Amino acid sequence: MKIKGAIIAAAAVMAVSTAANAGTLDDVKAKGFVQCGVSTGLAGFAFTDANGVWDGFDVTFCRATAAAIFGDPNAIKFTPTTGKTRFTALASGEVDILYRNTTWTLSRDVDLGFTFLGVNYYDGQGFMVRKGLGVKSAKELDGATVCIQTGTTTELNLADFFRANGMSYEPVPIETNAEAQQKYLSNACDVYTTDASGLAATRATFEKPAEHILLPEIISKEPLGPLVRHGDNEWGDVGRWVLNALIIAEEKGITKANVAELAKNGSSDPEVNRLLGKEGSDGDQLGLSKDWAVHAIAAGGNYGEIFERNIGESTAIGLARGLNQLWSKGGILYAPPFR
Amino acid sequence: MAVISNDGDGFRLGMLVYDTRYRSYTIQIFALILFMLAVAWLLDNAITNLALLGKTFSFGFLFETASYDINQRLIDYTSTDTHARAAIVGILNTLLVAFLGCITATIIGVIAGVLRLSNNWLIARLMTIYVEAFRNIPVLIWILITVAVINESLPAPSGFRGADPAASPFLGGMLVLTNRGFYIPAPIWGDMSMAVVAVFLLSIVAMFVFRRWARKRQEATGEILPVLRISLAIFFLPTLLAFFALGMPITLEYPELKGFNFQGGVFMRDSLIGLWLALSLYTGAFTAEIVRAGILSVSKGQSEAAFALGLRPNRTMNLVVLPQALRVIVPPLISQYLNLTKNSSLAIAVGYMDVTGTLGGITMNQTGKAMECILLLMTFYLIASLSISSVMNWYNERVKLRER
Repeated sequence: MKIKGAIIAAAAVMAVSTAANAGTLDDVKAKGFVQCGVSTGLAGFAFTDANGVWDGFDVTFCRATAAAIFGDPNAIKFTPTTGKTRFTALASGEVDILYRNTTWTLSRDVDLGFTFLGVNYYDGQGFMVRKGLGVKSAKELDGATVCIQTGTTTELNLADFFRANGMSYEPVPIETNAEAQQKYLSNACDVYTTDASGLAATRATFEKPAEHILLPEIISKEPLGPLVRHGDNEWGDVGRWVLNALIIAEEKGITKANVAELAKNGSSDPEVNRLLGKEGSDGDQLGLSKDWAVHAIAAGGNYGEIFERNIGESTAIGLARGLNQLWSKGGILYAPPFR
Repeated sequence: MAVISNDGDGFRLGMLVYDTRYRSYTIQIFALILFMLAVAWLLDNAITNLALLGKTFSFGFLFETASYDINQRLIDYTSTDTHARAAIVGILNTLLVAFLGCITATIIGVIAGVLRLSNNWLIARLMTIYVEAFRNIPVLIWILITVAVINESLPAPSGFRGADPAASPFLGGMLVLTNRGFYIPAPIWGDMSMAVVAVFLLSIVAMFVFRRWARKRQEATGEILPVLRISLAIFFLPTLLAFFALGMPITLEYPELKGFNFQGGVFMRDSLIGLWLALSLYTGAFTAEIVRAGILSVSKGQSEAAFALGLRPNRTMNLVVLPQALRVIVPPLISQYLNLTKNSSLAIAVGYMDVTGTLGGITMNQTGKAMECILLLMTFYLIASLSISSVMNWYNERVKLRER
């Protein structure tokens, strides 16, 4: 009996593995929804609202991807992943695409076998401390106890930063943002470090956000973006061009409000017409419908709208566009031409 | 077994199936082949799929720079060391908490187990509550609770600062309890301190020699010496004498508040304390039940006979009941020790860097070598568990009933 069980298990493993090797886009279309890996909970980026519905900056990009494929932003299932579990989840095929504040690095791109599709948030690692501590600069943190999320680039940057500055510190590795927050608030750590956007988002959820400050030093480059498994270029193209379409939409002034009208009546700008499927056959080339970008933009608006609604200056998180402003407006957000 | 006779028509292939002498071998060999095929299939499948993902199977990453820091290190380690060294740091941390946990779990378990049999209604009921509360709630929750209690209830190091601090150290600066961990003084080994250590080691040897001699003497003459008191005297007095005679060569380094944290002394992190406490209390509850079962398994007639011979209750317990109870206690105790060691892998939940946190956590995540790391982890836990059980089995051999 045991032997039989083992053979069945082996056969099952085989079956699963063969499925994972076929084209992801076909698989996704066949199962009828996109499986998107997101954070376990980070205010503004990925969280569940009072009704248990996922929302946030990263989540909206996931929904736009689903909308581009199925025309329905709700044809999606979310898998919350920690810094530690995210890569295994993606590599094993548990999720189709990962939108989880993940930094694009060489080793992840090459060694871990993933393909980064672009950058949806340009970030850098910062430090948050209590105001009462009287610390003005990260260079004054010698001997401090620092809370970090494990399994991130953060802990490597941190080690480098303290080593480069000849300082010592006491690292406290934490699995999720919620636990780190609890440790930091109970004063078991002096400093909480992660991407500056994550710090701002975390601080916004504190009872008294004004008692905490972000130190001026940004110690790393953290280009955060979506990623998929290596070797499935068709699927990678879909994810990449959904992201690009949302950025181009902002450039061209296509918003959630006017996208339907522009798609119906056309525009004087040929690039807008190509994007919205009035001209050209870009949708077919991607293996999607003609009006894929219309659905993607209708899901949550263009890049700027998504940013403002979830993490922008009018929200509690209050992040400035900064580097994430369009290239034409002083930022470095730059999508390749749609042609 | 009768001798297999070779007269008749000799061996035929059909006998492998129809002859009861061979059938069991045939089935077993067939099963073994199938099993090995299944394993080979799984392995081949894993390797093929890794290759499809563009991943290689190699342990070379162990000798690359780890580039991350570990807070608790029993050996020297910096972020420029290799992943292999980080794994060893983690292994030592696992062994440390497992070792501490096994000792305290045994002590707690024996006390709670004996007290649960107490005639005092209140004490017996309190121990019942302890046992039932701890063994019926998952250990992960106990670990999180203990660390949260330390974090939330004790003062932060900043509470010790200022002219009129909100918190102060205990025992004249010897013990500092903060929500980041506990500090105790660390010994500073001066000149001649090794002589004191040597005296101490010699007195331990002397203590065992004395106990042996006392037992022989008791067997020969029947006279009982106050063994415990004399042992304690041998344990402490020569060392203390040597310590003072040599001009107190060992001094203590007290923890002092410097900058963000206390510096100096021995630092026991909140994560270590919490994990150690939770694991001990949890496993202690199971041990208590094992001890209680062991004591109850010794028939009442044994202690009654001992009393009839005029032995006092504590001697009855030590000489009659416990030696017999141990035979029942030790085998299930082995699995409790194994459980504790394996449960220590929950350490990452509170940020204790055990081997699951270093090798199976950060290293695995930064290098992406999931297969290799998990295999190494499994090997480590297997070796650790087998070592513990072989030591305990050796002990079990010693205490088990010798039939003469």
